[in-house]
Amino acid sequence: MGQRIERDHQRFRKLVRGKVKSNLSKYISRGEMIGKKGKDLVSIPLPQIEIPQFRYGSKNSGGVGQGEGDIGTPLGPGKQGDNSGAGDQPGGHILEVELTLEEMAAILGEELSLPRIEPRGKKNIVSSRDKYTGIRQSGPESLRHFKRTFKRALKRQIASQIYDPERPIVVPIREDKQYRSWKEVHLPQSVAVIIYMMDVSGSMTDEQKEIVRIEAFWIDTWIKAHYKGVETAYIIHDAAAQEVDEHTFYHTRESGGTKISSAYALCDKIISNRYPPDAWNIYAFHFSDGDNWGDDIPHCIELLTEKLLPKLNLFGYGQVESPYGSGEFYEYIHEMLGERNNVVCSRIPDRDAILGSIKEFLGTGR
Amino acid sequence: MLTPYNTNLPADLRALKEEIEGYARGYGLDFYETIFEVIDADDLNEIAAYGGFPTRYPHWSFGMAYEQLRKGYDYGLSKIYEMVINNDPCYAYLMRCNHTVDQKLVMAHVYGHCDFFKNNAYFAHTSRKMMDEMANHGTRIRRYVEKIGEDEVEAFLDKCMSIDDLIDIHSTAIRRREEVSRYDFSPEVDESDGIRGTRFKSKGYMDDYINPRSVLKAEEDDRKKLKEQAARSFPEQKQKDVLLFLIEHAPLKTWQRDVLSIVRDEAYYFTPQGQTKIMNEGWASYWHSTIMTQKGLHPSEVIDYADHHSGTMATHGARLNPYKLGIELLRNIEHRWNTGKFGKEYDECDDLEKRRKWDKQFGLGRQKIFEVRRVHNDITFIDTFLTPEFCVEHQMFSYAFQEQAGQYVIESRTFDKIKQRLLYSLTNFGKPWIYVVDGNYRNRGELLLQHQHNGVDLRLDQAADTLANIQFIWGRPIHLQTMVDDKPTVLSFDGTDHSIRTGGESDEPKRNSPAKTR
Repeated sequence: MGQRIERDHQRFRKLVRGKVKSNLSKYISRGEMIGKKGKDLVSIPLPQIEIPQFRYGSKNSGGVGQGEGDIGTPLGPGKQGDNSGAGDQPGGHILEVELTLEEMAAILGEELSLPRIEPRGKKNIVSSRDKYTGIRQSGPESLRHFKRTFKRALKRQIASQIYDPERPIVVPIREDKQYRSWKEVHLPQSVAVIIYMMDVSGSMTDEQKEIVRIEAFWIDTWIKAHYKGVETAYIIHDAAAQEVDEHTFYHTRESGGTKISSAYALCDKIISNRYPPDAWNIYAFHFSDGDNWGDDIPHCIELLTEKLLPKLNLFGYGQVESPYGSGEFYEYIHEMLGERNNVVCSRIPDRDAILGSIKEFLGTGR
Repeated sequence: MLTPYNTNLPADLRALKEEIEGYARGYGLDFYETIFEVIDADDLNEIAAYGGFPTRYPHWSFGMAYEQLRKGYDYGLSKIYEMVINNDPCYAYLMRCNHTVDQKLVMAHVYGHCDFFKNNAYFAHTSRKMMDEMANHGTRIRRYVEKIGEDEVEAFLDKCMSIDDLIDIHSTAIRRREEVSRYDFSPEVDESDGIRGTRFKSKGYMDDYINPRSVLKAEEDDRKKLKEQAARSFPEQKQKDVLLFLIEHAPLKTWQRDVLSIVRDEAYYFTPQGQTKIMNEGWASYWHSTIMTQKGLHPSEVIDYADHHSGTMATHGARLNPYKLGIELLRNIEHRWNTGKFGKEYDECDDLEKRRKWDKQFGLGRQKIFEVRRVHNDITFIDTFLTPEFCVEHQMFSYAFQEQAGQYVIESRTFDKIKQRLLYSLTNFGKPWIYVVDGNYRNRGELLLQHQHNGVDLRLDQAADTLANIQFIWGRPIHLQTMVDDKPTVLSFDGTDHSIRTGGESDEPKRNSPAKTR
């Protein structure tokens, strides 16, 4: 890659990340980071900056297309905001890329230059996985490679002069058929569990829960890329803690006070009962607005340092900023950073801070 | 030319090039010497991001284009097949990892483009040494960056690029006014000085009655007023080349004037490519298809060729593919002129069966499409050759934005509507028409622009910011007359505040819009 484009590209990245002051900042479309499509597909919008110009609005606008459809049929979403008509200039819509979760994790790692996680614990479980890497002449029909088979059949028919352009019917015979073939890959495997804890007391708003949801999605994606069979557990707490399922986790709102120690105690109990640390890689993440009942703080620190931290690969504390919370808990966790190497903490004031915070969480390589 | 890329074509590709070039010349294609460079995907993405010119000036927008191209390529979503530069010699790029059959296809396609660049009337005025000029532009802007600072130059470039479409695309063919020199200081001749008021002959004592003083005074006032108005109408006629107006009259620093001129020059250079997108791609596709299927293909390559050709011609969703539309329309013309399906006799024939079987054996098709490629642009091409039969055959439809549903829906399949929508979207590249009306508005040095409204409103948020960019360049407050919801509206920006005035305050007469869409 040339130096010139490298410079221009860096400049663009800086603009997008807001590191350079620019009047264009409101024209940056970062897009929503998660748009789940299908089962394992996500779409991520590519960041774009649109330089303002005199353009037509959508009212009364239109164009010409090609294809089936009655009058009144809506066109696909790709058409929206795109009135460039016959030209092939990109319209105003956000560019999207569809990816599998695995590719996604790879990009995440690359973008944030995250180190790969070094699993600890037992590696004696060996799992095997099939990877489809080649082509062969025989196999089950379900693995037939359609395009290759079709091409071979078409070639054969043309060569033997039984192909009729007026009736272009292509019938593959046995010799035409091509199948995907696979290789078994053996991988030593380690297992992991992620325990999410969240403060659901009255001071947490919906916007803050959404931030937690996005963070958790990315943490999931990254950790799942490194372990087979990742389990998750969810704990919500106000003055008391309870274990819940994922849906409840994101949709509960309590009004009570806050006692963080209750969540840490429950977390410790879950680990002792279900996930012995010598067999599991354990990750715990706690999200809160940093408001805690004053007398509870020493108890929290004690639970954390004495009981939890020795068992965990990583403990992450994420503080979402709230209009009500005092945010003092962050300071206590922050103090532990120097002494403990498996503690990370991060402040997440708004959605724009999510990426940076993920880097802080996952940048340790643990 | 100096590019960081190795321009030595390997022997096998050199042989292919000579072969394909021979076929192309054999068909009567006429082009400048064409230099092929073999490069990797990453380099191709870089060059494409710079609009084909590796030596272009630095700007983040090229970095953005690069990121999109690279990610598209890395994730296997898109791939640039061919890239060719209008220059003498022509430069074209081949991707190293392509198969032989792809390289042949690309070469044949490229010769089609090169012929079009050299022979189409709308390219006649373009600089054929643009590689060098772009490099000069790049050097100049880099020098300003060093001298003045990256942030300031970039911020100014952002503003220039925000208005780089405000040029007069027809001015290359029409001389709108005499050349004006900024260094012409000869005094203006005042014609009205010689003329005195309308005085009738009279004897001295009757003078006050035959030539009343009040009338003479009124006449004198009228003349003064007219003179003032003439002095105030600046520019003399409304001017579409807003960039030129700013370059000539805005209080810019020398480097700013130069940067704005660079942006304007490049905009004019790229204009014909936009004006002839459908024809140019259609012409190149017609020739790669003709050359490959008649001469170039080895039997073992037919299937791969067909696969890739159909990939290029595919329409995605409802979107018109200029390659497809262009090649089909050219083939349609060739067919019509071969069989004589044109002229009065054919047009007046209303026997469907007779029309279908019409064949006068004229054999003029090839000759006709060569003529078409010489004299037409997309607008005249569609206007002249789109037929109702063609629209039906290719399932064309027009679509419109439906406000209640907030989305585009299929609006009609009638020929008139399709043609109207298509021409509308091609006219001025589907962008609004903006003119400079007055450079001394309200006699306060303010700038008055006018949007010639023809059916579709402006996007107001972007219009406001674009105005702010022009205001920065102009220095004084700026106004734009437009229509919003059928009411005359003036958007203004005085350097700190935006304002919108709606209603009868505008002196723009309500226009009868030819392309009114309701």
